[in-house]
Amino acid sequence: MKFFNFHLMPYRHVDLDAIERNGSAWVTFSNRHYDPLKGAELYHDYLDQMELADRLGFDGVCLNEHHQTPYGMMPIPGVLAGALTRSVKRAKIAILGRALPLINNPLTVAEEYAMLDNLSRGRFIAGFVRGIGAEYHATGINPVLSQERFAEAHDLIVRAWTEPGPFAYAGKHYRFNYVNPWPRPYQAPHPPIWIPSQGSSSTIRWAAAMRYTYCQTLSPIATVARFFQMYRDEAERAGYQASPDQLAWSNTIYVADTDEKAMREARPHLEALVNRLLKMPTEMLLPPGYTNIESMKRVRAAKVTGKVTSIEELVKTGVVIIGGPATVREKLAEYQDLAGFNTSLTKTQFGTLPDDMVRANMTAIAEEVLPHFRDRLPQGTRAAAAE
Amino acid sequence: MVDPTISTIAVRGCNIRLMRGGSGPPLVFLHGASGADWAPAMQLLAARFNVLVPDHPGFGASGIPEWLDTIHDLAYFYLDFLGELDLDGVHLVGVSLGGWSAAELAVRNTSRVASLTLVSAAGLRVEGVEQLDTFLLTDEQRIRSFFHDQTRADAAVERLQTPDPEDIALKNRIATAKLAWEPRHHDPHLAKWLHRIDVPTLLIWGANDRLVPKEHALAYRQLIPGSKAVIIPECGHLPHVEQVAIFAHEIDSFINGERVTA
Repeated sequence: MKFFNFHLMPYRHVDLDAIERNGSAWVTFSNRHYDPLKGAELYHDYLDQMELADRLGFDGVCLNEHHQTPYGMMPIPGVLAGALTRSVKRAKIAILGRALPLINNPLTVAEEYAMLDNLSRGRFIAGFVRGIGAEYHATGINPVLSQERFAEAHDLIVRAWTEPGPFAYAGKHYRFNYVNPWPRPYQAPHPPIWIPSQGSSSTIRWAAAMRYTYCQTLSPIATVARFFQMYRDEAERAGYQASPDQLAWSNTIYVADTDEKAMREARPHLEALVNRLLKMPTEMLLPPGYTNIESMKRVRAAKVTGKVTSIEELVKTGVVIIGGPATVREKLAEYQDLAGFNTSLTKTQFGTLPDDMVRANMTAIAEEVLPHFRDRLPQGTRAAAAE
Repeated sequence: MVDPTISTIAVRGCNIRLMRGGSGPPLVFLHGASGADWAPAMQLLAARFNVLVPDHPGFGASGIPEWLDTIHDLAYFYLDFLGELDLDGVHLVGVSLGGWSAAELAVRNTSRVASLTLVSAAGLRVEGVEQLDTFLLTDEQRIRSFFHDQTRADAAVERLQTPDPEDIALKNRIATAKLAWEPRHHDPHLAKWLHRIDVPTLLIWGANDRLVPKEHALAYRQLIPGSKAVIIPECGHLPHVEQVAIFAHEIDSFINGERVTA
C-alpha cells in the first residue's frame, strides 16, 4: 500500500465558539477571525510537516483547494505545491484537487500543473474536482453549470497537454483563439490524473472509463467499499480489470501507545474538525443544481449538516482509524481487504491537532504502520465483501 | 369564482403548462421564482381579462428545454409564445423573476404588448441597496422573507411540511439559479435599454419588500419613459398575495385609465 500525507491546512487557532454562533465555518464566517501572525506560523509548520513526511518515507504529500474558510488555508494550492517541489525531495506531490468549474480560464490550471510537473521533475499528480457547494457561494460561479464546466475544462486541459499548440478552441463555456501553453508537462503524455469525489455514480463511472485513480473522501468504510466496487464494475463494463492502485481511500489515522490514549488525545481535535470546521447549513452545502434533484432530496432528508458526530461514531463506522499500533494495523488491513484499495490518503493532522502531536503521530505511523503495509495488497475477493 | 382551465401547449419544442380563465383583453402573468399558481389575484383579474398564466420553461410542470440558459432566452421565448398563441394587445404582468423577464421582453419588442406591469421586479442592481441572499435562506426563512405580515407567512410555511411539492420546488430552485445566480438577480446591461419600452408601464411594489426593495421601483421609474410607480404600504415582496385587492385594483385602474386617455 502507498501512503500519502494529506493536509487540509486548517486555521487551527480559530475560535470554535464563534463558528458555532455563526452557524457556518464557510463563506459567511468573517476573516476578522484570521490572525496573519498565527496564520504565517501555521503555513510554515504545515510545510515542515510535509517535508517530514518525505523524510519518514511517505510515498506522497497531498494538498487541496477550498475557499473562504478556516477549514483549509489553501485557496491557491499551487503556491504551496511550488514551495514543496524544492523541499520534498523524493515523495510525489499531489493536488487533490483544483476545482475546475470555479475557474474562468481552465488553461491557467494546465499551466500551473505543467509548471509543478516540471519543477518536481515528474513527481506531480493532477487532481480535478468540482469543489463543494459552499465554493459556489464563495466564488459566484453558477452551481447549475458545475458539471458542464468541469467536463469541458477537463477536456480542454488534457487537450492542451497532449495536442501540439497552438490550436483554437470554442466550447460552450470557454473559448480561445490560441491554446498553446508553455511549459508542457514533464511526464508523458501528462501527469497522472486523480479524481476525488463524495461518491457520485456518474463521477465514478467516468473516472473508471478514463482509468483515472478514484479517491473516496470522508466516508464510512462500508460506503467506501461499495463505491470502490462500483468503480471495479464500471471498469469491467469499460472492458478492463481495475487495479487496486486505481483506488485511494481518504482517511484520518492517529496512533498513540494505547487505544485509550489515542482516543483521548485525538478526541477534541477530530471533533473540532467534523463538528465545527465542517459546519455549514444545507443551503450552503447544496446550492441548486450542484447535484440532481434525487441526491438533493437524499441529503436534505438526512439532515447531514446539523448532526453532531462523536469520535466513537467515526471510529466505529470506519471513517477514521485511531488506536494503538496493533489496532491501527489490524483495522487498516481489514479495511484494505474489504474495500480493495492500494493507496491511503491519510490526514495525520486534523482539526486543531497541534504541531508536536502531528509529528509524533506521523513518526508513529511511519515506524509502526508503514513497514507492515509496504508490500501488502488487498487480500480475498471484494465482490463478495461489498455485498 | 373563475377556475382556470389547464392545458399543455408546445412552444419552440418545449411543453408549457398553461392556466387560463376569464374573458376580456388578454393578460399574460409571468410568475416569480417560486412558480405559478392561480392565486386569488387571478380570480379578481379574470373578472375583466382573459388571464393566461404559463409555467416558465424549466419551472413547475413545464419542460426543461436545452436552449434555456439565461433570462434573455426566457424573454425571447415569451415573444415566441405570444406569436404562437397569436395574442395582440397583451397586458403583460410579471412578478419578481417574471417581472425581470417581462422587462427584457419589452426592451426587445412591444408589437404585441398593450401595457406592461412590473411587480417587485428583479433585473436591476441598485448601488447601496441591500438584498437578501435567498440562496442562503432555509425554505422557511425564504417564505417568511416574502411577507411583511408574518401571520400571512405562517400558512405558507405550514404548507412546506407536506413533502409532495418538493420535486417541483427543487426544480424551480434549479431553474431560478440557472437564470439568476450570476449576475445575481440582475442583468448589468438591462438599464442601458429600458428607454426602448414604448408602452404604458406600471410599477407595483411592496413598501416592505426585502428581496427587491422599493428603491428598485424608483430605478425602473427613472429608466422607463412615462412609467408610474405605486408603492403599497404594509406589503412585502408579493403584492398579488399579501395585498391582493389593492393589487388587482391598481392594475385594473391603470389599464382602464390608459384606455380612457388613449
